Amino acid sequence: MTSTIIWTVVIITVLGLLLALVLYLVAQRFKVEEDPRVEEVENALPGANCGGCGFAGCHAFAEAAVKAPDLDSHYCPVGGNDVMKKMAEILGYEVREKAPMIAVVRCNGTCEARPRINEYDGIQLCSVKAELYAGDTGCSFGCLGCGDCVAVCRFDAIRMDPSTGLPVVDQEKCTACGACVKACPKRIIELRAKGPRGMRVVVSCANQDKGPVAKKACANACIGCGICFKTCTHGAIVFENNLAYIDFNKCKLCRECEAVCPTDAIHGINFPKPLDKPAVKARIRERQKKAREAVGEPKKMEEKNNG
Amino acid sequence: MARRTFSIGGIHPADGKISRECAIKALPLPATVHIALSQHLGAPAKPLVAAGDKVKVGQPIAEPAGFVSAFIHSSVSGTVKGILPCQDLSGNRQNCIEIAVEGDEWLETIDRSDTLVTDIPEDAKGIVEKIRLGGVVGLGGATFPTHVKLSLPPGKKCEMLIINGCECEPYLTSDFRTLLEKGEQVVVGAALLKQALGADQATIAIEDNKPEAIDHIQRIVGQMRAKNPKYAGIEVLPLVKKYPAGGEKQLIDAVMRRQVRSGGLPIDVGAVVQNVCTALAVYDAVQKNKPLIDNSVTVTGECFPKQANLLVRVGTPLRAIVDYLGGIPEEAAKIISGGPMMGKAVANLDAPTLKGTGGLLFLTNKQTKRMPESHCIRCGKCADACPMGLEPFLLYRLAKAGNMEALEENAAQDCVQCGCCLYTCPAGIPLLDLIRQARSQVMGIIKARAAK
Repeated sequence: MTSTIIWTVVIITVLGLLLALVLYLVAQRFKVEEDPRVEEVENALPGANCGGCGFAGCHAFAEAAVKAPDLDSHYCPVGGNDVMKKMAEILGYEVREKAPMIAVVRCNGTCEARPRINEYDGIQLCSVKAELYAGDTGCSFGCLGCGDCVAVCRFDAIRMDPSTGLPVVDQEKCTACGACVKACPKRIIELRAKGPRGMRVVVSCANQDKGPVAKKACANACIGCGICFKTCTHGAIVFENNLAYIDFNKCKLCRECEAVCPTDAIHGINFPKPLDKPAVKARIRERQKKAREAVGEPKKMEEKNNG
Repeated sequence: MARRTFSIGGIHPADGKISRECAIKALPLPATVHIALSQHLGAPAKPLVAAGDKVKVGQPIAEPAGFVSAFIHSSVSGTVKGILPCQDLSGNRQNCIEIAVEGDEWLETIDRSDTLVTDIPEDAKGIVEKIRLGGVVGLGGATFPTHVKLSLPPGKKCEMLIINGCECEPYLTSDFRTLLEKGEQVVVGAALLKQALGADQATIAIEDNKPEAIDHIQRIVGQMRAKNPKYAGIEVLPLVKKYPAGGEKQLIDAVMRRQVRSGGLPIDVGAVVQNVCTALAVYDAVQKNKPLIDNSVTVTGECFPKQANLLVRVGTPLRAIVDYLGGIPEEAAKIISGGPMMGKAVANLDAPTLKGTGGLLFLTNKQTKRMPESHCIRCGKCADACPMGLEPFLLYRLAKAGNMEALEENAAQDCVQCGCCLYTCPAGIPLLDLIRQARSQVMGIIKARAAK
């Protein structure tokens, strides 16, 4: 009886050692050489596997970054500049600082501003709704409100506000991975520079209809009047298809466009003080007056129009 | 003889054909029409007119932009106001030609008399060319340009032309009225299509809930066959009333007992299917030089006081039709363009009619409200009902998971969007909503792969 136990133990042990040897030899023979820096880089990455960098996940990004000659075309939006600096140290590359970005919803068609003209009772998915029709309000460009953006966010950074029916981005949690941008069938979410201390000015509308049509559909719509375009002294406003768009690379945060917008479609975000509209308007008038005097041809009509 | 129908799936929704006694009447001309440039499958047409131009009824105002596209003709006489985007019935912008109506002056080339022209020209190419110039598109729902369907791919032979008179959608009666009132023209149209295709046989398939139409067409076909050898080979076939008997693949199955393979075309099994109203439009285009400028629209619904079948000029605002019949009833909760199974909800009543508009249906809240969604109880009713032999419960779950490969393996691309699964589901699961989307995604993937 004892000898059976002993024999069993011996045989199993010897067998185990033999197989371990075989495994070791096979592992040596078929070893996959991987750059050790890939693992280092991967450890430095956030590990969210969100795909915001354009690769299948953090590992794929690390591999690509190690192989790349520089880091210009690789950027982890979730980790931001800190992670990129760490990566650059590991790989010995130079890294250019990128302005931190954030997702911005370009629609402010709240429930009151944008009356519902019909009722949708199909499956509550924006993607399905968008394929069926223009939406349950008169605006065919605005938010559909089913929250596809909320469903794809891996960072819990976007939620639907039941009082407005619009998605709200959490300033702290948003990593600008761009998942919501891709998920929105109406293409109203965009990535913008976060701005100094989070301050930024945005046109919160994507409606390309002509003024009266847009206004009828939504009280907060950009009606394409072009006043902001004419007022901006930094050339930051692009005016196309009855819609104004602020180029965040050129915007100097003077908030003049916000003051002149007749429908309040332009929003200043995270500014320490509320906008003093009359003061800004007076400043604009003063400047325009001076400009005309400099030319030497005072035009009374224009002054009236701009006032 | 056993009653014929398609072999798998199908449902029996309530018939609802309460407008069957309403003869087709012409709707008075509206003040303005908006004629959409995209009212057929394929590339939107290119406009031939500009603002300020005077047009007559039947004058071409847009030409095809590509092979799969169609001519569009003015449905009224008057002045072109401009080419501008206006909202279609789903609220999306479509480019339309706006024409202010002045009088009703027709092109002189159009034969407006009632004389029946039964002679069938020998020249098949000439018939197809006339159909192309007439802007005829398939009026069964898909609005596929008819001349493209008649241009058979090389090496293919059409054995059987099927004229679809099933009208399996509940409520709609415009095809039925057309068969009763314009039966002779439909039969001549069928003979013209048969000649154009070089087919030996043609079958006019009619569901057996329309016995008057079956008798009427059978009598006409008998008379025609006796007079003119060109009409030999045309038969009338009654089919069992079962939805979706009018689906192209279901109809081929019912009539010829042949199955179109996944991704294949009817011509692969030697069939071409055309709708009754298309046959009438073909007759008008070839024998009378009258392009496709009007179509019959059933306006119906239990809550709608006046049932009607109206002959409506293309581009008429839907609101003009509703106002003519006394406005929207209070109980109406949903307006559907087309039938209740496959029609599209109207989000904008100012939208113009298109060549393919076949019905305007008013449903009450009770009739149209979806029941709350609950859990799948694995009853398998959806799989039993699916006329394409798919498994909707599985496709729904795969679509939720976004598993495109498995969706393709399980033939999501074969879905014909008939809505049988949604109709039978006792748990109120929005099967079709998601499968429809998955289908278009899978088809996009297949197309992208083929393009490589």
